[in-house]
Amino acid sequence: MANKRSWIPYLLILPSVAFLALLFVVPLVQTIWLAVSENGAPSLANAQRMASDINFTRSVKNTFLLAIAVVPVQIAIALAMGTMVSKVGPGRETILWIWTIPLGISDLAAGLVWLSILQNTGYLNSVLFGLGIIEQRTGWLSYQTPIALFFAIAVAEIWRGTAIVMVIIVSGLNQVPKEFKEAAEIFGAGPRTRFLRITLPLIRPALQSALILRTVLAFEVFAVVYALGGRNFPVLVGEAYTWQNQNQNYGVAAVYAVLIMMISLAATLIYLRVIKVDPERLP
Amino acid sequence: MKRIVSFGFLASTVLAFTSPVLAQTVFVSTQLRPIEEATVVREELLQDVGEIDYVVEEPPQFAVRMEAERQAGKHTVSLVGALHGELSPLADKDALEPLDDLAKKLAAGGMPQSLLDLGRLGKSTQQYIPWMQATYVMAARKEALQYLPAGADVNALNYDQLIEWGKKMQEATGQPQIGFPAGPKGLMARYFQGYFYPSFTGGVVRTFQSADAIAGWEKLQALWAYVTPNSTNYDFMQEPLAAGEVMVAWDHIARLKNAISASPDDYVVFPAPAGPKGRGYMPVIAGLAIPKGAPDKAGATKVIEHLTTPDVQLLTASRVGFFPTLNIKLPEDLDAGVALLAGAVTKTQASKDAVISLLPVGLGEKGGEFNKVYMDSFQRIVLQKEPIADVLKAQGQTMAKLMTDTKAPCWAPDAKSDGPCPVQ
Repeated sequence: MANKRSWIPYLLILPSVAFLALLFVVPLVQTIWLAVSENGAPSLANAQRMASDINFTRSVKNTFLLAIAVVPVQIAIALAMGTMVSKVGPGRETILWIWTIPLGISDLAAGLVWLSILQNTGYLNSVLFGLGIIEQRTGWLSYQTPIALFFAIAVAEIWRGTAIVMVIIVSGLNQVPKEFKEAAEIFGAGPRTRFLRITLPLIRPALQSALILRTVLAFEVFAVVYALGGRNFPVLVGEAYTWQNQNQNYGVAAVYAVLIMMISLAATLIYLRVIKVDPERLP
Repeated sequence: MKRIVSFGFLASTVLAFTSPVLAQTVFVSTQLRPIEEATVVREELLQDVGEIDYVVEEPPQFAVRMEAERQAGKHTVSLVGALHGELSPLADKDALEPLDDLAKKLAAGGMPQSLLDLGRLGKSTQQYIPWMQATYVMAARKEALQYLPAGADVNALNYDQLIEWGKKMQEATGQPQIGFPAGPKGLMARYFQGYFYPSFTGGVVRTFQSADAIAGWEKLQALWAYVTPNSTNYDFMQEPLAAGEVMVAWDHIARLKNAISASPDDYVVFPAPAGPKGRGYMPVIAGLAIPKGAPDKAGATKVIEHLTTPDVQLLTASRVGFFPTLNIKLPEDLDAGVALLAGAVTKTQASKDAVISLLPVGLGEKGGEFNKVYMDSFQRIVLQKEPIADVLKAQGQTMAKLMTDTKAPCWAPDAKSDGPCPVQ
């Protein structure tokens, strides 16, 4: 009996492993080969082409800047939202439901929503102009206003991506036993200490998942940037898209894809190392 | 019993996937893609020619699809409609049926031989049948005309006058009023290949880094001071024109049509400006071709014959703004917007200093990278203000490599070359 059971789990995960191998590993290997070959022979020509492109440095810089600016803000907002909602009794579900609305909107749609607000003839300009605060409708999304463009994209990203972080953090907060906090209160710990010494360490697994997920997504940011900034704000995925779709050079697009994957993997490894989770708390 | 039922399911599934695929003639097109235009094709242009499945495809996906079908040897597409430059890689791979009989018939029916010759794509047999033609023009809102510099004729502008005009408009309104489609999906690269370079240098590839080109880029920098910075976000100029964001714009006629047709009384449409070497312009030709191995050649031939009849060509012009390839006069009662556009096209073609620049040929799938050379130069010179000569030298090397890689010979207005077109 014991012998029979030992292979059942493997059999059960076999379909998903086969599925992953077919639809993930095979394309992955193909992509890597496409990236490091030219005309069927190994070559670094594609990587050189990528590195010497005028938009390469800018796209790396922009992607990292955006990730650095967006992810901490999202985590902070999500923590604040999660803690706030944990104090709410009736109506909690409704509040959570409203907060997660951006999750249901596609990236591109979110970008277009913000475009309609921020472009020259958009709502924000119309309101400011109508109130007489500005004399002329101004553009914030052009190549001449890189800082405003960066802020616009960051705000749109934060608006769109915070909900998923919040969902993960709320589920983490739900698992924190009340007894711990009560015990701390009895020993005279203030709200700050309770948050830093009890809540934060106990939601570590949730924080870790949220950070990994959000950081990986931040490195893969594209649709919002494309809608708001177009060519003015190159990011890594956008460059991969342009090389593949417009320039029709699959090799360089593949190098970009591999680069994005390596950055994402590195970020994940760093999080796994830095935010250690006790083995017994793993699922 | 259970077994019979499941067997029945299996059989019907297999049948469902194999038999009815060939019932319709599949017509894949990279042209007339927007939903309104595709509806016109389905409901008006393709009426009465049988069961046609009109499918639209973005140019890059079109290339991928055709290549996939060719490699697999399993053809579903019977007819393709695409631009001259999109059909040329297919012809290079010998993937198109020769259409000489059709071409002969159309030549007799009034299709200019010069156009039909383009459809040979440099081969001995007819590769595609010219379907529709278009070009790029400039459009201005009428209130902009009051700022035209003294003595300037809007139908025969030169770059100095355009710059002066832009300056006056900016001074009067406080904002730059000229717009170009330099967004991610805009056709700005065609401006450089068909208008800017021919006008300033008389060439496209050979003259890429010449002294004339440097002088041209300096002019463009001067002009760009009066071009709205939002231009790098614009894909189609009809929206910013209609929204009043810009007063003057350059674009493909099909990408200006909606604004102009909606209120033809508010606009003037005129040729692009001339430079020292003349008035560059790029005719755009879309053609119809039958892929080798097409499942329904007879149906496809019927559709080509139908789309090239005078009535359907005129209907195409009035409904979607692409002009006939047949030598026929446009009717008087044409849509007012289309008539305006047609007028500008005629004026461009008739202008004494016109320099025709053909769409790039022979670049195959490197067409995108060819466009990138011009767009990168633009980004570096005009937007980032890098030294012109250095940029042109660096980009010229990229261009030269592209030409040697693809072995593409020169096309008009560059002088003919033996072998790959040189960057001098």
